Amino acid sequence: MRIIVTIKQVPDTNEVRLDPRTGTLIREGVPSIINPEDKNAIEAALCLREQVGGEVVVISMGPPQADDALREALAMGVDRAILLTDRAFAGADTWATATTLALAVKKLAPYDLILGGRQAIDGDTAQVGPQMAEYLGVPQVTYVREFTVANGHVRATRALEDGHEVLETALPALLTITKEANKPRYPSAPGIFRAYREQTVERWGAAEIGADPEGVGLKGSPTQVKRSFSPPPKEPGEVIKAAPAEAAKQLIGRMKQKNLL
Amino acid sequence: MDFTFSKEHELFRRMVREFAENEVAPVAAQIDIDECVPWDVIRKAAKIGLMGVPFPQKYGGAGAGEIGYCILMEEINKVCGSTATIIGAHTGIGAMAIYLDGTEEQKQKYLVPLARGDKIGAFALTEANAGSDAAAIQTRAVRDGDYFILNGSKIWITNGDIADVISVFAVTDPALGARGGVTAFIVEKDFPGFRVGTKETKMGIRGSSTAEIFFEDCRVPVENVLGQFGAGFLTALKTLDVGRISLGAGCLGGSQIALDMAMDFAKNRYQFGEPVAQKQAIQWMVADMATEIEALRSLVYRTAWMLDSGNMGRDFSTLAAMCKVYGSEVLDRCVDKCLQIHGGMGYMKDYPVERMYRDARITRIFEGTNEVQRLVIATNLFRKIGLRIKG
Repeated sequence: MRIIVTIKQVPDTNEVRLDPRTGTLIREGVPSIINPEDKNAIEAALCLREQVGGEVVVISMGPPQADDALREALAMGVDRAILLTDRAFAGADTWATATTLALAVKKLAPYDLILGGRQAIDGDTAQVGPQMAEYLGVPQVTYVREFTVANGHVRATRALEDGHEVLETALPALLTITKEANKPRYPSAPGIFRAYREQTVERWGAAEIGADPEGVGLKGSPTQVKRSFSPPPKEPGEVIKAAPAEAAKQLIGRMKQKNLL
Repeated sequence: MDFTFSKEHELFRRMVREFAENEVAPVAAQIDIDECVPWDVIRKAAKIGLMGVPFPQKYGGAGAGEIGYCILMEEINKVCGSTATIIGAHTGIGAMAIYLDGTEEQKQKYLVPLARGDKIGAFALTEANAGSDAAAIQTRAVRDGDYFILNGSKIWITNGDIADVISVFAVTDPALGARGGVTAFIVEKDFPGFRVGTKETKMGIRGSSTAEIFFEDCRVPVENVLGQFGAGFLTALKTLDVGRISLGAGCLGGSQIALDMAMDFAKNRYQFGEPVAQKQAIQWMVADMATEIEALRSLVYRTAWMLDSGNMGRDFSTLAAMCKVYGSEVLDRCVDKCLQIHGGMGYMKDYPVERMYRDARITRIFEGTNEVQRLVIATNLFRKIGLRIKG
């Protein structure tokens, strides 16, 4: 079985602090990590490989520094790591990213399963997985917290806001994995040093995956960012100072005014 | 010069920090109360290769070198002095003696399972009448055909009651004394005549076990002589030299977390209408802690770098002793200031500072007291200008 896992390198938002003077993010010294739910996807792939055998290939689109995320995946135990990196890929929105990843997946055919995290902590869009499935024309199941593979089919439990949904589909298929699915293993200590000293991260550019330069990166991105801004700070609350009965009356009046009652 | 860590060491630190915070920190308070070894943590550490970090991968290690091992000890000691002590005695001196002076066969037989964490190691030099005066050991080893017969006892042996494999030092020729008369042996806990005595109750590092061990006509095969016959004291000194760097690294981690906690507390504790961090008295303590910590960091990693570069000469020995002295004393000052900044809160058992304060105290004593380290440093320095210090 060939399992492909798509991952993204993101800034560790747990480590981000606000500048006390400017109120902006302090980006200096913030470590880059594998997007947490992508780690759940890697763990799911490794567990499946342990059960049924086969190969886990991890791919990521990003700048050359994303090499570190792929080394970490190798240290966790994946068989092969490929970095999709090219100036032509820069500035990609979710669609152009999905296109690039899907082209690499096609090159890796035949494959049985594509796994990715539910969403990335820096963008929170949860779009790349579904867009890849659409591009590739394979069935998709999102928000998967549990799945089993047997007889060429995958049976997956989706975690929805109001309950669970169990779906079954034929392979190949794409699943996006939630953090409830498992506890990702630590990369092993020997694995870390082997990943840097003995293993290689393959690099594929636009030419290697046969990408049309107009269809990837900024040029291939239908989303245009018009403006980015911080939301205005929340206004302080108001204290109604009056005798209790009068205060309650004022409060109800105010709530009616705001259509809350 | 280049003071940056390699990417592999950076990823290793991130992994170890996550492991320390998620797996070790949650049990640290309880193992201190219960005085019990955190076996679950040790098994998890073994599974991801944290029990043989400095050794080459061909011997079951992680291949992280001394720098990697210092990173491990730094991060583990941030959250639990007991766990750091268990790993330190196992890896840093117990298995290290075999790595430094063992034969290829001994490494395959003993170092590999130790480095993988399948077995636990210990280092047994100290005796009731031979502490700082390590040359005064009385445990005897007498040859009997293909065996040596060991008789005597060792005290305060970290992991003494849980170790499977122990590097033991015994007198083989009393007439020759320390230089030539002491031999190192690899002893398995199942050898006939090996017995564990009393387990000690301690002020700190209570989650690590410290025990007395006895050799009563203990039969050790000749092939378990570690290093040259009669050169055991050199094996002990060399091993302890190396162990002192990582001991300093542990102190670095303990000092750093003391500073982090002190700053966090000073930022959030309000007195006189403002955070106590606004008081110069607090600021000066913080500045002093941070300055000493940076000096210690440079000393520890410079010395680790020397070892990884293959330099084990006298200057290395001097620096290693400095790592131990300065590390333990910086830690002492940092936990003391941290507790002072926390005020009454720091004195309460509900808060980890109290445990950190107790755990820190042993570092000025074990693996060679700071007084002996100063003697080593001074002896090495005066030797350079032609004066022999009698010791």
